Amino acid sequence: MSDLSVSMSAAGGLPQAPVLPEAPPKVTVRNLNFYYGEHHALKNINLTLGANRVTAFIGPSGCGKSTLLRIFNRMYDLYPGQRATGQLMLDQTNILDGKLDLNLLRARVGMVFQKPTPFPMTIYENIAFGIRLYEKISKSEMDDRVEKALRGGALWNEVKDKLNASGLSLSGGQQQRLCIARTVAVRPEVILFDEPCSALDPISTAKVEELIQELSENYTIAIVTHNMQQAARVSDKTAFMYLGELIEFDDTSKIFTSPTDRRTQDYITGRFG
Amino acid sequence: MGSEHTAKAFDTDLQELTRLVAEMGGIAERMIVDSVDALIRRDVALGQRVVAIDVELDALQKKIEERAVLTIARRQPMAVDLREIVGAMRVATDLERIGDLAKNMGKRVAALETDFHPLKLFRGLEHMTDLVQQQVKSVLDAYAAHDLPAAMAVWKGDEEVDAICTSLFRELLTYMMEDPRNISFCIHLMFCAKNIERIGDHATNIAETVFYMIEGQAITDKRPKGDMTTFATTVPNT
Repeated sequence: MSDLSVSMSAAGGLPQAPVLPEAPPKVTVRNLNFYYGEHHALKNINLTLGANRVTAFIGPSGCGKSTLLRIFNRMYDLYPGQRATGQLMLDQTNILDGKLDLNLLRARVGMVFQKPTPFPMTIYENIAFGIRLYEKISKSEMDDRVEKALRGGALWNEVKDKLNASGLSLSGGQQQRLCIARTVAVRPEVILFDEPCSALDPISTAKVEELIQELSENYTIAIVTHNMQQAARVSDKTAFMYLGELIEFDDTSKIFTSPTDRRTQDYITGRFG
Repeated sequence: MGSEHTAKAFDTDLQELTRLVAEMGGIAERMIVDSVDALIRRDVALGQRVVAIDVELDALQKKIEERAVLTIARRQPMAVDLREIVGAMRVATDLERIGDLAKNMGKRVAALETDFHPLKLFRGLEHMTDLVQQQVKSVLDAYAAHDLPAAMAVWKGDEEVDAICTSLFRELLTYMMEDPRNISFCIHLMFCAKNIERIGDHATNIAETVFYMIEGQAITDKRPKGDMTTFATTVPNT
């Protein structure tokens, strides 16, 4: 179509979603490969998570998006036979460095899972437990931190009168927000969400999404989701992965209105397989 | 677009939208031809038929909008699908406006009852209509076939229409100066010429929509413009 000699630009007559300015990199992934034993699960991934930005990872099941997320806090170390090569920088630290203190890494990179996983303890203890692992603080300071964390998880108003009730007594949506509060409590820099809303009802989902947006003011966020509308709603950048490869990585507004790669287009418009 | 959606009903929804737009296009084209025909032959009945059929066009536009909104609500379309639906709504709006302009010409037929009938003027009007109708037809074909080069040809090909319109304006001004009794007739004809020129503009709007549907971006180039009627005087520009 070069003979058309018509120039195109995002600044045309059509309204375009506002694109945030490029954020400084918080996590930088370079030539990352990952293996489950013999299986080559991630192939040469390169991307950057911008500081205080929400990055969504989408793709069909088995494309490697959860695998990638689990490398960000070295979760894969828990299992034998799994290994990663390449570079994964959190600021100036290489996460893949074998000598890295994993406890410290996981304090810096928190994670929220698909199913809410509160500890079988009181609501208060669910939050305080993690803080005690890293810090020695007085009771009054702890009260303060627990309140802050629960406020951060948008749960304070609902549980402030029953902090000694079991975390398991909460509804699914509340449990998930408790887990987010627990993650926030240890003041991480990056929060990973692995399908955080797939077990929640629409109202709880909306609350968690709202929370993710608020959290992005203070944290760098990566979220894996099967719900494309959710990715479109909450994220600034979206990465589409397929068969272990990063196919397209761009501004969310671009990915969902005019993606460049045919496979991205087929996936987000529901034409796959 | 190629392959089909996993949800087959979604494909049906989109096809139905395209079909409805095509139906609107057919009616609008017919209205353009008939309204000018009615003008030239002073066929008041035909003019009234054009006015009457506009109701159908309006109803179709409403239907397209409703379908589009429903599809968006039901399917949460993304990327090319979303652009396809937004495109159908926009094209429908342009076609509805085209219908209004043709209807306006149909109404004027009754007002043209005079012996004054300079053939040359009508030839100009006819020629302009042929060109515009061809533009509308081409752009609707381009829309249906997702043919970007064809749409761009329409987008760039509006200059001749504008030029004829400008020269018609000059001519009409001359007739009005010659004999004030011609003024009423000439004013009506002036509006008709302007209406046809506006229809041409809507064709280029549709071309822009086709561009957006295919490329996912807006055209930023300036379209070549030949319409100088704003500055038309009886003294030709030197």
